[in-house]
Amino acid sequence: MYKIVSKTELVPKIKLFEVEAPEIAAKARPGQFLIVIHGEKGERIPLTICGYDTKKGTISFAFHEVGKTTKDLGKLSVGEEIDNVTGPLGNPSEIKKFGKVLCVGGSVMIAPLLLQSKAMKEAGNYVTTVLGARSEPFIMLEEEAKKYSDEVIIATDDGSKGYKGLDFLKELLKKEKFDRCVVMGPVILMKDVSEITKTYNIPTMVTLTPIMIDGMGMCGVCRVTVGGKMLFGCVDGAEFDGHQVDFDELIMRQRTMLPEERLSSVLAEISGGCKCGRNKA
Amino acid sequence: MAETKPKPKLNKKAVEMAKQDPKVRAKNFSEVALGYTEAEAQEEASRCLQCPNPMCLQGCPVEVPIPQFIKCIKEKKYAEGIQIIKTKNALPAVCGRVCPQESQCQAKCVIGRMGEPVSIGRLERFLADWERDNGYQIPPKEPPTGKKVAVIGAGPAGLTVAADLAKLGHQVTMFEALHVGGGVLSYGIPEFRLPKAIVNNEVNYVQKLGVDLRLGNLIGRIHTIPELMKEGGYDAVFIGSGAGLPTFTGCPGENLGGIYSANEFLIRVNLMKAFQFPEYDTPIRIGKHVVVIGGGNVAMDCARSSMRLGSSVCLLYRRSRDELPARHEEIENAEEEGLVCKFLAAPVEFYGDSKGWVKAMKCIAMELTEPDAKGRRGVKAIPGSEFIMETDTVIIAIGQTPNPIIQRTTDGLQSDPRHGTICVNEVGKTSLDGVYAGGDVATGAATVISAMGAGKRAAKAMHEYLMNKK
Repeated sequence: MYKIVSKTELVPKIKLFEVEAPEIAAKARPGQFLIVIHGEKGERIPLTICGYDTKKGTISFAFHEVGKTTKDLGKLSVGEEIDNVTGPLGNPSEIKKFGKVLCVGGSVMIAPLLLQSKAMKEAGNYVTTVLGARSEPFIMLEEEAKKYSDEVIIATDDGSKGYKGLDFLKELLKKEKFDRCVVMGPVILMKDVSEITKTYNIPTMVTLTPIMIDGMGMCGVCRVTVGGKMLFGCVDGAEFDGHQVDFDELIMRQRTMLPEERLSSVLAEISGGCKCGRNKA
Repeated sequence: MAETKPKPKLNKKAVEMAKQDPKVRAKNFSEVALGYTEAEAQEEASRCLQCPNPMCLQGCPVEVPIPQFIKCIKEKKYAEGIQIIKTKNALPAVCGRVCPQESQCQAKCVIGRMGEPVSIGRLERFLADWERDNGYQIPPKEPPTGKKVAVIGAGPAGLTVAADLAKLGHQVTMFEALHVGGGVLSYGIPEFRLPKAIVNNEVNYVQKLGVDLRLGNLIGRIHTIPELMKEGGYDAVFIGSGAGLPTFTGCPGENLGGIYSANEFLIRVNLMKAFQFPEYDTPIRIGKHVVVIGGGNVAMDCARSSMRLGSSVCLLYRRSRDELPARHEEIENAEEEGLVCKFLAAPVEFYGDSKGWVKAMKCIAMELTEPDAKGRRGVKAIPGSEFIMETDTVIIAIGQTPNPIIQRTTDGLQSDPRHGTICVNEVGKTSLDGVYAGGDVATGAATVISAMGAGKRAAKAMHEYLMNKK
């Protein structure tokens, strides 16, 4: 059982949990992920590690309340326990001194991205972090980003805060030379950023979050095409060369269970909560 | 004239075991085979000749004292009978259901030369189920040896090693990567063939022997084997991590929606209970016309599960009926339930609709070639014989290989680069001192009972190693 020691709502519908898991905390590295399962009838969901504290013996992860499982998870309070957290899974990201590193994060994945920014800075890099979101209210962890980066840039889809869209990136890359780019966020963001950095020849790593069940190489649902080869997001990744990933296929595969996910979510709303039998009505 | 014993009249026919009606069972996930009643078990047990030199034993990979337990059934000493089985086999309720007895113990039964062999598997199941209904007895354990053993994987091989070593007085910790124990018994074999309540019982039994089961622990990530031995203080390690990595066909279009590996399909349906979605949270999306590629037991499990989810199923196998590797009983069951087989054909390419969901596949006809040195016939494609099959769901069941995580994270552990299996000697010892392996991770995908046999041999060798270790 994994006790929740803190719970923060970063922006509406995005929550950050810190959970007691000393053995995982001792092993976790940036870029790795967890499989979280709660309730006898619950799903296994992959969540990227956002932080670990070996002294306190805790790990943290953030999630966006979009489906039934994440909504149920969001209802848990500090002091309650999650049934199972498996990890750390996947390969750690490559962290070393590259020189100038551009870290781009979008939406819920900003939380794990900052772990990368921090690690990259500690490795002696000059770190520029880009925080992206739909609009101003969804920009999160700006203060932390400043702490872990030499520069912070904000961009929104609607231009309500910072730059509008990704066009600024082309200007930035024209002016400055980066040695490495790291992107974590919605697939479309990773695709767009990778396309831009490709023209400037900047090695770009993307952290993929395909659908997974076991997260340890068994089911193959997370298969992605990278450089024309079939690889597994869970055991070969989760970090891949963004210039080699077939993003269109990935987007298509992300949608394969959408009708079922919607049904599950709608039914949960109607029946008023989760069926795991733990939450009070 | 010497006195002659009246010769018992031998019944050549085995007592049938009741099954759910095919039409009914094809629509539910309840167990197909219903088990013997006490009277049926008595009658079948009485067919056993109690051979002084029993042949059946030779066919059992874990050497269950078969005639002895059958004698107990005949004498209604059920508690004693189950204990006799459990001296050799910790998982009789599983083996009584899924062992291929027809090619093991029952293949050797002398009655089989004149008629149908004694239904050893059904009798084993009868005793195991009797115990479940009448309460488990925990056998006495040897005094503690003070030795610590780590068992990786709570599947058939790991459970066997853990049970045997715990009974011998060792302190056993079992690390399981998934959130439930049982390994392939939980994620692979469907409910209608092996109810999960039975698997849970068997796992609980092993825990009651004093084994500490840690779920959600992927060895290679949370701890490596060298760490377990150095920092964890484990004196020996057994690797029973199975063959969980799916094989794909490599045909174009394989990443379309609606194309599942057998593992994904079975994990969703069995482990995550997607057949009860949305009551359970994990979904499965299945179409009306499913094609299952492959011909083994896993392919049969996928096909039969698909039919239960309401689909019509075609099995595509590249060899002919005679070469089907699945158990005969499973093929028969599947066909009774409505399975259609297309033999001597293989996939070439998958086609999708505008939303990226599979809608058809191109196949090619195959022909058998002359048998190779091992006697297995190869196949080759017949040029120009391509044809199109319409489908909306494809399940690829062409085999599994060992998961490479442990091999990649354990320095000095020798493995076969071609098959990904861990190299072991005849008792399961690996290239590392104190590290043993067995089951599918050492042999490639095989049966539950062969994994248990490997577990038995390894447990014996590990016990010797531990007792000689200073």
